[in-house]
Amino acid sequence: MIDLDDTDRAFLRDLARDGTLSAGELGRRHGLSQPAAWRRVKRLEDSGILAGQRILVDRPALGFGVTVFLGIKLATKGRVSLEDFERAVTAIPEVQVVQHVLGLFDYRLRVVARDIADFERVLRRRIMTLPGVGQVEANVLLTEEPRPGPLG
Amino acid sequence: MSIQIDDTDRRILRHLLADPALPTAELATRAGVTQATCWRRIDRLAEAGVISARQAVIDWRALGYAVEVSLRFTLDKTNPRAFDEFLAAAREVPEVIGIETFLGRVDVRLNIIARDMQHYQQLYRERILTLPHIADIEALMLIATIKDSGGLPL
Repeated sequence: MIDLDDTDRAFLRDLARDGTLSAGELGRRHGLSQPAAWRRVKRLEDSGILAGQRILVDRPALGFGVTVFLGIKLATKGRVSLEDFERAVTAIPEVQVVQHVLGLFDYRLRVVARDIADFERVLRRRIMTLPGVGQVEANVLLTEEPRPGPLG
Repeated sequence: MSIQIDDTDRRILRHLLADPALPTAELATRAGVTQATCWRRIDRLAEAGVISARQAVIDWRALGYAVEVSLRFTLDKTNPRAFDEFLAAAREVPEVIGIETFLGRVDVRLNIIARDMQHYQQLYRERILTLPHIADIEALMLIATIKDSGGLPL
């Protein structure tokens, strides 16, 4: 793990908000030359702290008005069924996120759908038919707010 | 601003969301359009706010935060200020990396990171249990992220 100074943290804060910022612009904001800023960004990338980019879209404008988080408990457990379940669930295009968790549920899924009727179709035809699926809990996303985290 | 989105836009977006790091030349090839068209379409989608941001992903594990927990809260809804006051207090906790509100059995979810279990326990006692208007908390500890894609079935 690498040591970060205040400038590194400032870079991360800025890039987490706008990943398109150039090394030149980051340098201008924080009093560094373009090459010095570029070296810092490169170091953050090489260390794995900057792990690619994500693109945020207006999902409703693209026809996806509903996002639902599902908690799934498997009915039958064992190595084989976990792998079968994971392979099948990751192949569903409406499922954006699959997390293996410990607690009340075994998996947490983020599912997008056009509307509630479309979600019901995904739930019935794709989710409930997954191998080993047991109890399912659905919570409809109302708002989401990413936070900068402990970079300040 | 609302714009008309056609199949070409959808094709570009589908490939872009599936792999945000793609260079425009490669994206254009996959979407079956010229590079110039690809640029123009992406610019137009960004101007209209359909593409609202491009952000760097921070790997908190690489920064030394080995523990990630999804905390699901049910709030005491007899108090009309419960949501606002809870959310305002949660925003003050630096280890909270995301806040979501829901319609369902869960009202609010906080995504929280910690350096290790001891740090998590300390956060949980000092910063989480002290949040206002909590009726119930459930914790899901992240073991592994199997899939994390911003992709849409366009």
